[in-house]
Amino acid sequence: MLAVPLLTACNGPLSTLNPSGPVALEIARLWWAMLIGAGLITAMVMVMLILAIRRGPMLTEGNTSERRWIYGWGLGFSLSVLTVLLAFALWVGERMLARDDGAVTVQAQASQWTWRFVQPGPGGQPVMTEGVLYVPAGQPFDVAITSTDVIHSFWVPQLGGKMDAIPGHPNLHRLMADEPGVYEGQCAEFCGRGHPFMRFEVVAYDPAGPLPDFASITGPMVEPAFPEDVSGFEGTGQTEIPAQESSE
Amino acid sequence: MTDATTTLEQDDARAQPSVKAADIAANPPQRALRLHRELDEVWSDLPGWRGFFTSVNHGTIGLRFMATAFVFFAIGGVLAMLIRAQLATRNGVFLDNDLYSQIFTMHGSIMMFLFAIPLLEGLALWLLPKILGARDMAFPRLSALGYFCYLFGGTVIVLSLLFGAAPDGGWFMYVPLTDKTYSPGVNADVWLLGVTFVEISAMAAAVEITVTILRCRAANMPLTRMPLMGWYLLGTSVMMLVGFPPLILGSILLEVQRAFDWPFFDVGRGGSPMLWQHLFWLFGHPEVYIIFLPAAGALSTIIPVLSRTKILGYGALVAAVIGLVFLSFGLWVHHMFTVGIPHMALAFFSAASALVAVPTAVQIFAWIGTMWEGRVQFRLPMLYIMGFFATFVMGGLTGVMLAMVPFNWQAHDTHFVVAHLHYVLIGGFVFPMLAAVAYWMPLICGRWRVRGLGEAAFWLIFIGFHGTFFIMHLTGLVGMPRRVGVYPDNPEWEWLNLISSIFGMIQSAGFALFAFDVIMQWMFGRRSWRNPWQAPTLEWAMPLPAPSYNFASLPGPRQPDAGSILPLARGEGLLPGAPRGWRETVVVEPGTGRPQHVAVLASNTALPVATSAAIGSFFAMMLAGFYWVAPLGILATLIVAWKWGAIMGTDRDHPPADVAPGIRLPLHWQVRNTLAYTGAVALLVADATLFASLLFGVGFLAVVAPNWPAPESGIATWPMLAVSLGALAAMALGTVASRLAEQRRADPSLRVWTRLGLISTGAGLVLLGVIGVWLDDPTRHARDALRGATLGFAVVHGVIALMLALRADLDARTGRISAERRGAVPVWQLFQLFWLGTSAVSLALILVQEVL
Ligand code: HEM
Ligand SMILES: [Cu+2]
Ligand SMILES: [Cu+2]
Repeated sequence: MLAVPLLTACNGPLSTLNPSGPVALEIARLWWAMLIGAGLITAMVMVMLILAIRRGPMLTEGNTSERRWIYGWGLGFSLSVLTVLLAFALWVGERMLARDDGAVTVQAQASQWTWRFVQPGPGGQPVMTEGVLYVPAGQPFDVAITSTDVIHSFWVPQLGGKMDAIPGHPNLHRLMADEPGVYEGQCAEFCGRGHPFMRFEVVAYDPAGPLPDFASITGPMVEPAFPEDVSGFEGTGQTEIPAQESSE
Repeated sequence: MTDATTTLEQDDARAQPSVKAADIAANPPQRALRLHRELDEVWSDLPGWRGFFTSVNHGTIGLRFMATAFVFFAIGGVLAMLIRAQLATRNGVFLDNDLYSQIFTMHGSIMMFLFAIPLLEGLALWLLPKILGARDMAFPRLSALGYFCYLFGGTVIVLSLLFGAAPDGGWFMYVPLTDKTYSPGVNADVWLLGVTFVEISAMAAAVEITVTILRCRAANMPLTRMPLMGWYLLGTSVMMLVGFPPLILGSILLEVQRAFDWPFFDVGRGGSPMLWQHLFWLFGHPEVYIIFLPAAGALSTIIPVLSRTKILGYGALVAAVIGLVFLSFGLWVHHMFTVGIPHMALAFFSAASALVAVPTAVQIFAWIGTMWEGRVQFRLPMLYIMGFFATFVMGGLTGVMLAMVPFNWQAHDTHFVVAHLHYVLIGGFVFPMLAAVAYWMPLICGRWRVRGLGEAAFWLIFIGFHGTFFIMHLTGLVGMPRRVGVYPDNPEWEWLNLISSIFGMIQSAGFALFAFDVIMQWMFGRRSWRNPWQAPTLEWAMPLPAPSYNFASLPGPRQPDAGSILPLARGEGLLPGAPRGWRETVVVEPGTGRPQHVAVLASNTALPVATSAAIGSFFAMMLAGFYWVAPLGILATLIVAWKWGAIMGTDRDHPPADVAPGIRLPLHWQVRNTLAYTGAVALLVADATLFASLLFGVGFLAVVAPNWPAPESGIATWPMLAVSLGALAAMALGTVASRLAEQRRADPSLRVWTRLGLISTGAGLVLLGVIGVWLDDPTRHARDALRGATLGFAVVHGVIALMLALRADLDARTGRISAERRGAVPVWQLFQLFWLGTSAVSLALILVQEVL
């Protein structure tokens, strides 16, 4: 009861409890389920503890008590809870992996302390931006994550979990935004002095409507993370992209 | 050959008449005061400041370890308060970002490496001999060496803060952030060298604890009936033996990369930052259980006593400990769920991480069951135990949550994890340790506490803790990442942090009050009577405070528990007094606890402090970047290390010692299976783990790292093969010589064999040197760097084997080896064999890489 105003008072644009995509939603559900379970288990253990302290000494005959406490609670109870939880979590996890279904792939390249993105722009042409990633809303996309220096981590809490940007080890991360909107992201792995400021935005646009105004930048193009299988847009070599090459 | 071995075994049997009978007759009673004077004369420390540098007594060293650990806890706590002050508002201006990085890195590193691990080592050193019924740890000088390495290393790490040169890469020091390119300063070197130097004390403690538990128990106390604390600490020490080497290896490799540009972790040249993460967490996860197990041991000891009953499910708890030891090595990847792991591996490590909750649950319910069976007395330690339950259960449950991969992807690296880890560390370690301090204080200082203060401290800590950290789960879930010192754009996190900060101050006040209470007890408490908790275990079978020698006579089957205090003081137990004027304790067979021989332990000596200073000089020169003079530090270490060997030998045969009526046992110089031998085996287990970690690195990089295969090597295969075979033949010859030296020890030909061993060991080293010259430039590619590392491993072990061969040769020439006395020869054999085995693998690996 108290929890609701508490939560609204801190549930901001970086909150995992404010999901705006299927991945984040599933994880938030998993969390609430686990919270209830954990709350019940904690309460149960505390009640056992209080009873154990309150009641006088009553030696149970033989080793029935050992059977009850060790095998019943210690093994039986914990194993059953864990099995159920694990099965549920595996099932949730399985559905959020990137897979080969022709979803849009965008590149995210981390450097101290900024993010560069390459995404399909007008006419499917790759567009490079800094600090803002543009993706279509309502459809899954894969982020191919790389780093040019140290380890960073790509995290948009409202859309889903995080994935590390590790030099030499590109990662693919599947996300989706349900609705058009702006979602905040941040670097989640400590990466040096500028770590607190390594923020970015994900702009989810309505794929049916006009394309947003890509604030593109020029410069050496982000290297494709997976040169072979980045479908959709081929021309992501070291080409220069003229500034403000956007729709309209 | 077989003939010779059998006679040798018979020999051994004769030399170590094991006591078969379950009972051991009592010695005639003597005057307790006379025994006390005789023993105290032999066992006490030197007076004044000389005592500080020369004490090797486990009582002194153990307490000193614990006191120093609490000082570092206070320093880490002050840093925690700085963190909380900084985070209380979103634009905290106390610390700039560079300083904030140093502060949280130092807070974490101090708490883990300079507080938690040393505190448990100190508890083990201080408690084990007492609770198991021995007079000291197996290797008293090693305790002191570990202490000084800890003190010196810890001091340097903390002082670096004052110079603004403190480590700042986070307590797990991920590369590339910590390599030379991104951390050009000395900060990362302070961490790598300082922590490695401190970990010498962890390895020393691990070897000692293992050997002490296996071989320094009360006579006829079988392993299966030793106090549970023994099992818990055995689990701890085995985990330390296997858990620390990956970290030590990783630190060495990273330091070598920083200092000499060998690219183990550099993707551009075939290395990988992932290798560091694997090595770190191969250590880091077991580390959590290394910290938890001793605390759980204290709980298993204290709960039944304060519930006036026996522990429920001794066997189940032992099984839980063993289960934890094994499982905890299969979980490290759960710290790396977001690095992009193949998804089958994710499922596997997720399941394993959940499974580890089962042995933990078994323990929790066994403790609750124990309290259920008995009648709980609400004394101060019990209060802290309640604090443990209320906290640790939640920490364990959030741990299970984090083991679920999808949730982990959200919560990882946020304040949710910070909250979780403090619930586990403070709930699972600090609360039980505070209970342990409250419980054992009367034995430490002989005094009873002042009323009221302890309870007040508990409530402040408890309320402060939950106020700080409970809400921090939410701070993490609403998106606040860890390791950020400012959050200007997120006003919604501010009030959460402010609450944490306010309660953090309350918690600190509680810890300060706890410290004050302990000091008051030490100085003004009233004298405690014997065995104030009416506990059964042997540490209470002695006067309070504990005397320097623990037991005037050692407990046996007739003196099984704390009730035997008077017979033990009167000398009715084993080996009463100190008739030869030496520090002596009985050594038993590991499984059954049958007495086997009497070990003469080292007395006050400055050798440990000199040795740690010598080792420290090497680390200091590395830190200062004087790489070319640093070998002088190694030389100094070898020179002092040479002196350590002296205790392995003596130049005459000693008559056996009277232990009990009808039982006379040989002194350790005249047996083969000494404490030193068991210790060498334990050390080699750790060493083998280090080697295995290195092989893991070779395999891992070859399979996972980009930029492989490595460039063509310039090694000529055939000459390389020839020299490798030559080196291995020399090592094998040395191994055979070391065996023959033992078999012919009564014979004049002994000197031929020791000399042959010495020469062939030297030849092996020279041939390794030739190979070293042929290897490709190690800075070129990670493969070449790893070859350099494996060769370095072989050379280091060659030098150790050479030192032991030299010792054996000198002993042979000075008549210190005889039909009865083997000196250092058995240990030399072990190292020869290990050197041969690991070198064969390394050289074969290089050759296979060449041919493929
Ligand atoms: C005295 C109460 C304590 C308080 C208020 C406290 C507070 C904190 C806070 C706020 C952080 C997060 C810093 C950040 O990520 O920005 C932190 C990190 C940490 N704390 Fe504590 N802590 C306390 C005691 C302890 C203890 C007793 C231990 C271990 C035995 C410990 C181990 C750690 C570790 C390992 C980290 C991670 C450091 C890193 O991220 O590199 N803390 N602590
Ligand atoms: Cu970053
Ligand atoms: Cu970052």
